[in-house]
Amino acid sequence: MILASFVDLSRLQFALTAMFHWIFVPLTIGLGVIIAIMETYYLRTGNPFWKRTTKYWMKIFAINFAIGVATGIILEFQFGTNWSNYAWFVGDIFGAPLAIEGILAFFLESTFFAIMFFGWDKVNKNMHLLSTWLVSAGTILSAFWILIANAWMQFPTGMEFNPDTARNEMVDFWAIVTSPVAINKFIHTVTNAFVLGSIVVIGISCWYLLHKREEEFSRRSIKIASVFGLVSLVVLIWTGDGSAYHAGKKQPMKLAAMEGLYKSREGTPLVAIGILNPRKDIRKIKEDSLTYKLEKPYLFNISVPEGLSLLANRKTGTFVPGIEDILKGGYTYTNRNGEEKTAPPVEERMRLGRMAAGALSDYNKARIAGDTLRMKNARAVLEENYDHFGYAYINDPVEVVPNVQLVFYAFRVMVILGGFFLLFFGLTIYLEKKGTIGRTKWYQYLGIACIPLVYICSQAGWIVAEVGRQPWTIQDLLPVSASASGVSSSAVLTTIILFFALFTALLAAETGIMIKVIRKGPEA
Amino acid sequence: MLYFLQHYWWMVVSLLGALLVFLMFVQGGQTLLFLTTRNEDEKSILVNTFGHKWELTFTTLVTFGGALFASFPLYYSTSFGGAYWLWITILFLFVIQAVSYEYRGKAGNLLGARTYEMFLFLNGMAGTILLGVAVGTFFTGGEFIMNKNSITEILNPTISYWANSAHGLDAVTIPFNLGMGIVVFLAARTLGTLYVIMQVDSPELVSRCRKQVKITAPAFVAGFLLLLAALFTMTGYSVEPATGIVSPVKFKYFLNMTTLVWPLIILIAGLILVLTGIVKSFTGKSKFSFYATGAGVFLAVWSLLICAAFNNTAFFVSKVDPRMSLTLYNSSSSEFTLKVMAYASLLLPFVAGYIIYVWRALTKSRINQDDLNKPDAHKY
Repeated sequence: MILASFVDLSRLQFALTAMFHWIFVPLTIGLGVIIAIMETYYLRTGNPFWKRTTKYWMKIFAINFAIGVATGIILEFQFGTNWSNYAWFVGDIFGAPLAIEGILAFFLESTFFAIMFFGWDKVNKNMHLLSTWLVSAGTILSAFWILIANAWMQFPTGMEFNPDTARNEMVDFWAIVTSPVAINKFIHTVTNAFVLGSIVVIGISCWYLLHKREEEFSRRSIKIASVFGLVSLVVLIWTGDGSAYHAGKKQPMKLAAMEGLYKSREGTPLVAIGILNPRKDIRKIKEDSLTYKLEKPYLFNISVPEGLSLLANRKTGTFVPGIEDILKGGYTYTNRNGEEKTAPPVEERMRLGRMAAGALSDYNKARIAGDTLRMKNARAVLEENYDHFGYAYINDPVEVVPNVQLVFYAFRVMVILGGFFLLFFGLTIYLEKKGTIGRTKWYQYLGIACIPLVYICSQAGWIVAEVGRQPWTIQDLLPVSASASGVSSSAVLTTIILFFALFTALLAAETGIMIKVIRKGPEA
Repeated sequence: MLYFLQHYWWMVVSLLGALLVFLMFVQGGQTLLFLTTRNEDEKSILVNTFGHKWELTFTTLVTFGGALFASFPLYYSTSFGGAYWLWITILFLFVIQAVSYEYRGKAGNLLGARTYEMFLFLNGMAGTILLGVAVGTFFTGGEFIMNKNSITEILNPTISYWANSAHGLDAVTIPFNLGMGIVVFLAARTLGTLYVIMQVDSPELVSRCRKQVKITAPAFVAGFLLLLAALFTMTGYSVEPATGIVSPVKFKYFLNMTTLVWPLIILIAGLILVLTGIVKSFTGKSKFSFYATGAGVFLAVWSLLICAAFNNTAFFVSKVDPRMSLTLYNSSSSEFTLKVMAYASLLLPFVAGYIIYVWRALTKSRINQDDLNKPDAHKY
């Protein structure tokens, strides 16, 4: 077969569209707040300088907003077109935040967007400012609902499986909305957007400083963005720690992949910097176990003693399972009801998963036959083993290991850049206070260089979160292979080519427009 | 309770669908871009006129999709995953619209203004027609097979398939669907033209649009009546709620209207509003005619969508095996989810309230060339 499988192609398509969407969205979320702060200054001081500044950044906002909207609708449709099994299996739960997002957030954004851009002379100043804040609130609120949905896939709480409809059903809306994973994910992602918006504002302002243009405009923009960015970054790092903690409890395989950790021990160290041994391939664990064992996991590494134990368990001397440990079982994890459990080996989970699927099939047959006793028994077996349901579709235990290389390096790129931005914001505030920011050329170059870096950092975060949870669309309950639609690979490949061509053109157009707008400057 | 909620959500989803068709006056307006304008200034006025409203239409489409997903996930799964090419094409046509307003007039836009205008035009023509075709499948069904219990087939757990390789593009070849597509397009274009007449301050452009209405509006009305005749003589499928057994019923949609009566009243009210709106447009009452025609289109579409599923009707019939057809009963979310969302939907009037406020604030004055040249203007 020349074509990759439908599932892999659909994953590629989803990754492509989601990553493309995430180029534009964080900038609008971050800029939204910065613009609203600037317009608040305008209203307070009445100084036309602030109006001009606000309007300039709004222009940047608008260019990115349109393409963010365009790429967002693709994601929504794709749940149906490419992941139709998923859409039914969890639509009862996953669809609700999406619908609420539309009703509560999208209308807020799109309605007040019109006032923000076309209403300067049509409504009074207070109303205009309120609209700007409402658009910003709308962007944050839509992030909230979609991240609730995403977090639920990683930690499926507040639900029950209904054998009569053969799908998962919501039983506790608040458990879904206030799930610790969801709240942490929301804050982490939104503060990431704030940091990204801040750095883009600083970077563009640095370009003006470098060209000796718009000094006041640039310095004031930098001042607001650096303080806002720094505060956001502190929260971002704090919730980043929370993300790793939650992964350790609920998605241990993700954490093991993030660390490239194969065989663990008590008092698990954390790899600060490292290079993975590319020959350490978990797929060889069975077929060539001796060579596999001889291969070291890292070619080089500097580790922090007890680091991972502290991160995942908040306690030294504790055990954080590695990939092999997870395959073997015996470690503790938190199940979707929040209970601590000892994990069976993956092979055992596969067996239990098949028992659950078999019981469901049996339940259906018994229902058609009207055999209530058999129904009751089948249901009991199903409920007992439902935690392992998704493992029924796994054919080989190593399938539950995500791409370790990708997750490991993406994690390091994200963390290292995050740390670097902390220094960068500190430096920015220092130079700004000292008043030398307009003369410090190397800083200005650094500011511009930070723009691509912050995008890389943000995308790396998504790679950690989404590649790290493979093969699961719903953690432990449904793998990607059982989520896909019944469409042919060639159809998806054609779609990918179409989207890729369109996206490349649109990204080029977007960049072209941005460059022109930046060159022209705020005077226009 | 579940029975009530299933019907309530179908009402809400249909309401959003009907609202979407009304708001597609934006798409209809985009089709005026080439033939109706005489110079770049007029094009600019048109783009900016509809540019103030496109996001509302887009958001309604997204919310319509989200609400459908949440309340009838089996439909979302079966139709989107089955009629893959139909939906992907619609998607593509809307993606190119979203960027076009913002990018068209900007320097450095790579593809040139003309390409973005072409995108808008394509979205206006093909986007409306194909969405109409998709709506048509609520009445004509689709070539799908669906079995929820396939989820336990470990090696092949996909629950639905489209039975031919056209993956939904075959829906275009069904005359009723295509007719629905064309009528939706004509409705959008009529409304778009009426919106220009109401909102644009450019005598030449408006007078050309007035001529245009005289062709498009009667075509829309005639097309709509023909479509109604086809619908009322069509065989639909009825479902027995207790057993889920689906069976064909002659004149099903006509019977739905006459049995339930209230959708018929909504439909007649819609028709009267459309006719009055259009007739008044000939005599110059531009504001009245846009809103009356718009309200009429909204009501008529709403009543038809209600009839697609109410009165125990299968709203997405499997032409491969009618027993696999989707109904309000077998395709909805659970009672709990529908209830949670019903609470959220109580905010809809509030949302409508601020939309109307903003709409009024921005349509107070007509748009002309001078407005676009003002220093404060955000020009598309």
